[in-house]
Amino acid sequence: MSVRKKFIEELEGRKSFLLGDEACAYGAIYAGCDFFAAYPITPASEIAEKMAEVLPQMGGKFIQMEDELGAISAVIGAVWAGAKGMTATSGPGFSLMQEGIGYGVMTETPFVVVDVQRSGPSTGQATKPSQGDVMQARWGTHGDHNIIALAPWSVEETFYLTVEAFNLAERYRTPVLVLSDGEIGHLREPFVFPKADDIEVENRFYGEPPFFGGGGLVPPMSKFGRGDFVHITGSTHKPNGLRDVETQSVHDELVRRLYDKIEKNREKIVKTNLDAQSGSKFGVISYGVSARPSYGAVLQARRKRIKVDFLRLVTLWPFPRNQVREFTKNLRAVLVVEENLGQMVREVERFAQCRVEFFGMIGGRTPSVSEIYSALKGMF
Amino acid sequence: MAENRLHKYLRKEALPTSFCPGCGCGTVLNLFTRAVDELKLDVKRLVCVTGIGCSSWIPSPHFLCDTLHTVHGRALAAATGVKLYNPDLTVVVIAGDGDILAIGGNHLIHAARRNLPITTILVNNGIYAMTGGQVAPTTPKGVRTTTTPHGNPEAPMDAAKLVAACGAKFVARWTTYHIIPLKSAIKNALKTDGFSFVEVVSQCPVGYGKLVGMADAAQQLHYYKENSLRIDSLAEAQKHPDKITVGNFVTL
Ligand SMILES: Cc1ncc(C[n+]2csc(CCOP(=O)(O)OP(=O)(O)O)c2C)c(N)n1
Repeated sequence: MSVRKKFIEELEGRKSFLLGDEACAYGAIYAGCDFFAAYPITPASEIAEKMAEVLPQMGGKFIQMEDELGAISAVIGAVWAGAKGMTATSGPGFSLMQEGIGYGVMTETPFVVVDVQRSGPSTGQATKPSQGDVMQARWGTHGDHNIIALAPWSVEETFYLTVEAFNLAERYRTPVLVLSDGEIGHLREPFVFPKADDIEVENRFYGEPPFFGGGGLVPPMSKFGRGDFVHITGSTHKPNGLRDVETQSVHDELVRRLYDKIEKNREKIVKTNLDAQSGSKFGVISYGVSARPSYGAVLQARRKRIKVDFLRLVTLWPFPRNQVREFTKNLRAVLVVEENLGQMVREVERFAQCRVEFFGMIGGRTPSVSEIYSALKGMF
Repeated sequence: MAENRLHKYLRKEALPTSFCPGCGCGTVLNLFTRAVDELKLDVKRLVCVTGIGCSSWIPSPHFLCDTLHTVHGRALAAATGVKLYNPDLTVVVIAGDGDILAIGGNHLIHAARRNLPITTILVNNGIYAMTGGQVAPTTPKGVRTTTTPHGNPEAPMDAAKLVAACGAKFVARWTTYHIIPLKSAIKNALKTDGFSFVEVVSQCPVGYGKLVGMADAAQQLHYYKENSLRIDSLAEAQKHPDKITVGNFVTL
């Protein structure tokens, strides 16, 4: 039995009181992550600390790099050497990683980037949570591209979405982002380690060249040392990996395929959580940490016999546009709750079939149930 | 093109190279190829990691092995990931002075300190060639470049000295004129069990030579011949700031 399997077997069934960041690290381990590089930053450091403890025990590699540019680059190098790789950071480090994320998109390198969001801009409130990076997650790296980003709302979900992030990364050969936040990352909740057999793990598909196009939406991977003489570049390239930065059709074909492999699988990728009742006229849409009090406010309204529907975005990108359309179809108004000054609400506005209201809070505090309920009442 | 025994090491689709006439990158490719051949390295287990710049094109796309052409400055960080994950691979970084010393300088310091067995070939052409002749951290004081039109006010850095100070196991500097010792330095570097660093002072007649009255590659090579001084000790080398000091400075 592999060391990894044995390690997981010892965890199975164990009840623990786990930190969100630790759940992320364990999720990565279950998903087969065997390489982790990072640079310390609050509130993400606990992920690195857990990986530093655990990975060497199971034959994996951990390295603390000299900065986040180095961390994401080391992950990219390791992945092409055959690793399942992850890095974890927060706002300032996430900014530094943007070029590497774009490189990952263009070279179709599967890896996971965790952004435990904190209050910005800049060093802002370094120890406080926020949801201020959701648009940066979508558009932070330059150029036309598509991206997958998932937002957990609990410790347990951080575990499962990290596994999911690895699986999506392999399935679509692309970087996948986990957008946690300082609140969820530093929250402790009860967690029972699942059986490894109950966790679906997507393995890398190694195949024959071409490795960068030529047929379907997702080409097979290569890895160093196989004798493929693979040529990897972030410049526009032909299916064989060699550069062609002049021919319009080569760029168009490549970048459109990279875009389409996520776009055309939108419905397979997107996950939402719906709690709707027939005849509701009002709804709340939220995600991540702010979905917790949002749901509380929905339940409070229901206790007062006001029907309010609830939609939680588990996948932030690609945006669950059809789910939002459907959710708002028969509503009079929907309240979008975020810990920022209004980011995902813009996306909701693009697809909502009803009036859209916004409740945002910044300053490092998650809004309370009663604050959201007050905002909700204003819509009735 | 006449078939040469060493052509099997090159990616046919990438030839002829896109280097300008007289560029030193061809010499580095030539010597690197010979070093690999003479050491009988298994090219299937060789990974060349590069950054962005003309020098990064030496192995990628030209050398037929696994090549990872990273973003500007990050070659050593990516190489660190490759080598750490699979120590059985031979990992080589080839890139320019802008890439390795400026935007990626921090990775160089830490790669040398970590001392993972990675061979770095720094192509020091004294300029940012790919972007059209801007000042580099290696440009001598006073030289007029496109971004120092009044003369470079800054002093150049001594990369070999820096890397030696950080603990690298093998550190050498040669010029493209010194093809025999340069080739053996590359071979020594490839055999080093620890971080190895070969700085190659290399001509860029189009981007640099013309700025200093040496628009012809032969003039630059002649200059290297006349103005270099072989000294195998870095401490001694410091005493000759007017020379291009060359030698195998660290051989641990
Ligand atoms: C982040 C980033 N900044 C700037 C550039 C533009 N750029 C490309 S190559 C280069 C410098 C090239 O100089 P050097 O590394 O010395 O290589 P050379 O072309 O001289 O061999 C620069 C600044 C870039 N590609 N990426």
